[in-house]
Amino acid sequence: MTAEQGRKERIDRGIKVRAESIYALMSWRELSYLALPRLVLIVGLLVIPLVMPSMYWQRVISIVCIYSLLALSFDFLAHYVGLVSLGGAFFVGTGGYIAAILNKSLGLSPLFTIPAATLGGAAICTVLLLPCLPLRGVYFAIVTLMYPLAFARVIEALDIFGGTDGIMGVASFPNQWVEQYFVIVVVLLFLFGLRRLVNLDLGLVFRAVKDNDQAVRASGMSVTYYKAVGVFIASALGCLAGACLVHIYMWSGISQFALDFSVLPIAATVIGGGGTLVGPVLGCLLLVPLSELLRDFGTLRIVSYSLILMGFVVIRSEGLMVYGQRKYHQFERWVKV
Amino acid sequence: MDILIYGTINSIALALTAMGFALVYGICRVPNFAHGALYVVCGFITWSLVRSLGLPYLLGIAGALVATAVLGGLIYRVVLIRVRGMAISEIIASYAIGLAILEGLRWGGFKGMTYTLPTFVEGSVFIGGIPVDYHRMLVVVIGAGVVAFLWLFTHQTRLGLALRGMAQDERASLMLGIDSDRMALVAMAFGSALAGLAAVLLLPLGNIVVEAGYNVLILAIAVCIVGGLGSWMGAVLAAFLIGFAQILTVVYLGSHFQMVVALLAIILTLILRPSGLFGRQKELEERV
Repeated sequence: MTAEQGRKERIDRGIKVRAESIYALMSWRELSYLALPRLVLIVGLLVIPLVMPSMYWQRVISIVCIYSLLALSFDFLAHYVGLVSLGGAFFVGTGGYIAAILNKSLGLSPLFTIPAATLGGAAICTVLLLPCLPLRGVYFAIVTLMYPLAFARVIEALDIFGGTDGIMGVASFPNQWVEQYFVIVVVLLFLFGLRRLVNLDLGLVFRAVKDNDQAVRASGMSVTYYKAVGVFIASALGCLAGACLVHIYMWSGISQFALDFSVLPIAATVIGGGGTLVGPVLGCLLLVPLSELLRDFGTLRIVSYSLILMGFVVIRSEGLMVYGQRKYHQFERWVKV
Repeated sequence: MDILIYGTINSIALALTAMGFALVYGICRVPNFAHGALYVVCGFITWSLVRSLGLPYLLGIAGALVATAVLGGLIYRVVLIRVRGMAISEIIASYAIGLAILEGLRWGGFKGMTYTLPTFVEGSVFIGGIPVDYHRMLVVVIGAGVVAFLWLFTHQTRLGLALRGMAQDERASLMLGIDSDRMALVAMAFGSALAGLAAVLLLPLGNIVVEAGYNVLILAIAVCIVGGLGSWMGAVLAAFLIGFAQILTVVYLGSHFQMVVALLAIILTLILRPSGLFGRQKELEERV
């Protein structure tokens, strides 16, 4: 045996009582220790639009929020329900087209089209994905990857919904401030709502479906029903993102079924840390501005984020947020073995 | 009659594109979602070797095939080996590589201009009143040859048997002295070379475009899924099924629907019979 061998010991800080989310707070110091990261995120997101230098970068913030919604949807579905969906673009496209059609042909304002597209789109996506729910793992991933591609080709081939031109002249938000704060508040609501949801009884069943679906079935619960509920929630998030996107760009087209909307949220989730729900938002805050900076170089931005994605999958698959949480919540020290 | 002839040609071409993927994913369970990217890369390497460096055509093709095989091997050795066994990570990582390669090529200037490769032999022949050029005939012959060779390879040679054994039961094959990492590396290199072979055979019929990479990947997945993973026979039959279905839709509905056929085939097969039409492996595991 060579010189002394060390082992890194990790000790949780004393305020954690029983589980990840149950704390015993003894002082203001401990309270602020818990509240600080949350406040940084909430206040930070609310302040960002005020400090952005130009209209262009304010728009980028809106896009960050759109992608955050998608990444949240991917993270929730993949890490809490156990369905890896590579078809975020399918949700975006469905929500976007519904919002655009309601707005153009019925003349409804965004106030009505966005909720309608969210719920209606989620219902449509859930029904369409219903036959695939018994599939697991890789097979579900492949089939969801194919859905947006198939829909884009069908719209192109049948020349419906404006064909390759898309639907133009969709109403926009009243002004840029409403647009930004709407998407930011929506992201925060869904972020904390989902965190709450996954710790409810329903969330417990979701995680059981992910870990061992046979056990869920043996408990007399329908696996498919819970998977469908999970898909409904995730596709509602995606469709909401799509509806907002359409109203921001005032245009809906087959590019909303493009792979961008499937790949970037996945990359953001992997970078931010899957399973934390905050991580994906953080990942989007990093990735989307990066890809905007690279916009001048054309498709180089896709290259850059696919390489980042590959790097994280292979080398640091836990992601930034999991790493950060560990450092924040635990003491670390070397002890002799 | 023309449906029959062009359907056959299309089916063989499809089988040729899918064989690399079928070998790597279907038989050895190494998902190579960079398949389409390797296909396009091989086309561009051939083009640069022949047109820029002025090598003889056959030498250029051989060089490109070797380069593609090395590239495929490298992808496995450097990246995929680290996420081996985690199916979703394997798919995401290899897909990201493919995306990076394709979009990198698009950014790197391989756009705008048209890139074409010369056909191997000029001229055409009439079969039952339908003109068929010699190059397409050659594709059919070589394609059938590759399909037959692959059957012999995976059923008769030690290497091929080792590859199949690894997919069926990795632990048992480890006990029999099969190094599964080395086998996967071989499979990956071999599959990449097959993707390249398909590229040099099929690309002279049209332009080399980056978009082809995505379509090739979808078609290859379609053939493998419909035929059933792990089934060589299934892949060949699925190629014919999808090939003829494509030609029929092009004739009766219009060329827009060509890709829809493949996409719908994937979705329907996975919903109705996830193990594929002829697949026997892992039938129970994949469904709840």
